[in-house]
Amino acid sequence: MRKLLGYSDQISVRPGETIRFMVSSLDSTPYKADIVRLICGDDRPSGPGYKEVKVETPISGEYEGRAQPIRDGSCAIVPHQPVFDTLSSFTVQAMIWPTTPQRGAQTLLCKWCESTRAGFHLGIDESGGVIITIGDGSGQVETLSVGKPLVAREWYFVAASFDEGTQELRLYQEPLSHNPGLGEPIAVQGHVGLALAGANTAPFMIAAHGADVANPVASAQHHYNGKIDSPRLAARALERSEMAQLVKGPIPERLSSDIIGWWDFSCDIPSAGITDLGSHQLHGETVNLPTRAMRGFNWDGSEHSWLHAPEHYGAIHFHDDDLYDAGWDADFELVIPQDMKSGIYCARLIGAQDEERIPFFVRPPANTRTSNVVLLISTATFQAYANARSDISMPLAEVKEGHIHTLSTDDVFLWENKGYGLSTYDKHSDETGVCYSSRLRPILNMRPRTGLWSLNADTHVTDWLETIGQSYDVVTDEDLHDEGLSALAPYRVVVTGAHPEYWSTPMMEAMAAYQQQGGRLMYLGGNGFYWRIAYHDELPGVLEVRRAENGMRFQSTEPGEYYQSFNGELGGLWRRLGTPPNAIVGAGTVATGFDSASYYRRTADSHDPRATFIFEGVGEDELIGDFGSLLGGAAGVELDAASRKLGTPPHALVVARSEGHSQLYFLCPEETPFHHPIMSGAENDRVRADMVFYETSNGGGVFTTGSISWCASLATNDYDNNVARISGNVLARFLDPAPLSTES
Amino acid sequence: MTGIAPERRDLAEAFLENPSGPHSPELQRLVNALRFEKDMTGKHVVVETKRHEEWTLAQLPAVRYSPLILHHDQVFTNLEDAERAIFRLRWEAATGQKLD
Repeated sequence: MRKLLGYSDQISVRPGETIRFMVSSLDSTPYKADIVRLICGDDRPSGPGYKEVKVETPISGEYEGRAQPIRDGSCAIVPHQPVFDTLSSFTVQAMIWPTTPQRGAQTLLCKWCESTRAGFHLGIDESGGVIITIGDGSGQVETLSVGKPLVAREWYFVAASFDEGTQELRLYQEPLSHNPGLGEPIAVQGHVGLALAGANTAPFMIAAHGADVANPVASAQHHYNGKIDSPRLAARALERSEMAQLVKGPIPERLSSDIIGWWDFSCDIPSAGITDLGSHQLHGETVNLPTRAMRGFNWDGSEHSWLHAPEHYGAIHFHDDDLYDAGWDADFELVIPQDMKSGIYCARLIGAQDEERIPFFVRPPANTRTSNVVLLISTATFQAYANARSDISMPLAEVKEGHIHTLSTDDVFLWENKGYGLSTYDKHSDETGVCYSSRLRPILNMRPRTGLWSLNADTHVTDWLETIGQSYDVVTDEDLHDEGLSALAPYRVVVTGAHPEYWSTPMMEAMAAYQQQGGRLMYLGGNGFYWRIAYHDELPGVLEVRRAENGMRFQSTEPGEYYQSFNGELGGLWRRLGTPPNAIVGAGTVATGFDSASYYRRTADSHDPRATFIFEGVGEDELIGDFGSLLGGAAGVELDAASRKLGTPPHALVVARSEGHSQLYFLCPEETPFHHPIMSGAENDRVRADMVFYETSNGGGVFTTGSISWCASLATNDYDNNVARISGNVLARFLDPAPLSTES
Repeated sequence: MTGIAPERRDLAEAFLENPSGPHSPELQRLVNALRFEKDMTGKHVVVETKRHEEWTLAQLPAVRYSPLILHHDQVFTNLEDAERAIFRLRWEAATGQKLD
């Protein structure tokens, strides 16, 4: 079982730059660390064999090892200000959409000091209904609860008020809908023996409360699941009719002097901050990235973009398992040596009972390249899948995959241990979909010696390049996003891994521009260029996915929430967003299957003089890739096919096509407009991978395999096979500076 | 459970003969029905207890972030045997009949 876990602050570095490594030794025992260059992470007996090479660096040595806590759960915090000290009478209110009221003990809004028992705390209690607690700091505490549970996924107005003069405490829980199943609005009141809700130095907190005033984030507890919209705080016990005036803006002039806080979550939606529109400007910060650009209580379906109607998107959805930055202290840091060759590296940690490898990617020195080939590392995809648990939490997953679930020890660790954050394939604990994924946490499936997916699968490409003696540089998705075309422009050939699925708009634009300038792209995978993502402009290491409307999804984004909060773009499939993968690589995803894999057969197009270089040394009737260490074939797992209608260039050649896929391969949802029984590989010949080649402007070209399992067939028979031969033929021609031309 | 006919032991035997498939359409329907368990509590899985060498039968717990239940008396050295063992358990649960 896991004892060592770590992550780095950077994922891509150049010589001279510094990368810091954060490590938790769960049993606080020492470990040894060094740096290794990773050649092949696949340690299966049927694979090419595990290969890493130790690199001498100053960080080699023994480290003490200490357990570092992981704290998930999102909330918002407004620091204490003197104006809060004036609160004796008060009103606190919000619109809420709870998702797990039945779990009890959750904080909604509070200014509460646990140690002195002073202040107020509006929350949900064990009954599932709202409760207000006030304390005067002398030890006297009063509570009032409605005692009737909230219904999950329904909007409510909730409020509490306390009048110092009358010592009257009131509490409201009112469903927004008139659906009789939700019951009537509830208002309860009580006379309490408190002079006031005592002042304290605790921050004002939303969706959690800090047990330790000095460390509210570290001690946050009672996280709330659900949305909160329009939280307000007033310095007087308002009448119910006055509370109604506070629900929507603008701030009513007659009540403005009573307003302490008027937080509007529709302001600056991309940021991690929350804005107070009241005169005290009690702005705050969110913790662990709760989801923004969420439908508010007043969303009416008339607008779907928060940019067009921000007033409909005043809700933040908090989750008890959100995680952005684990925030661990660094154990050691490495200044990348000037002579460190570009490639995939790991900080290797070896403890008494466990080993950990934290991957990072080294580029050549700035403004240089050390090869004509660059391997594009699919870090966006690795991150989208980070710590995915979806396979073992979905009832249909085993049926889809066609075999029993096999859990690694890391899978078991993630299943048994809360806190390490979710992937964009998972659902939160309240069954809503995950939109954000960060790399500032240990990512157990972005490691060598794991299943054949993500980073580990892509080391089949590095092993192939090393074996054939081909030099290469590496560049990551984040580099491409940040630098655009300039990240690729120096290279004659860009090679992808097996699964470059997630692309931001700047990444797509950079790839299109690279092709325009005559670059050559070898897309050695499947299901590529599929989902749009957004990276955050200010927060490092986090991406966003909205699984809008269609596509292969283990969770679906809710209607009205398709627009990305980080940048306002419509999320979803690139196929629907104006740049279908077919326009970038000639083929787009059509089908998936996980029980078996198949082979390709050459087509008539393969004999076109433009394409003959691809098949040098390959027989006319030879089956291509009827072997391989991933399900036994080079055409498998996720398959892409050409389509003129979807943008495959008219001059593209489909030079080979797979066939014979099983009855557990199925067309993607977006490939069929209605249900019918001819969906599987056993019956529908659209279930196939198309191997595509075409020339681009200025002598460039694109070669596409359209299959995730292609790269796992490269190493068969010691790299002496037709998959390696075809890949090598294309690489050699693409490295040749002679222009690729439709006239050739 | 849809698609499970206790009298079709011939299908069950065909699965045990070749758990990796491909299966006949009839057998595939049976396998799908046995694999699809709406309630994931208690679902049988295997845990790789020695990398690439040994797998142990396990069941998912009722609550997320709680320990899996490992059956240390059911350890396999290949995944086909694990498939067979889980198939037998599910067949018996669905039909009340043991498979040899």
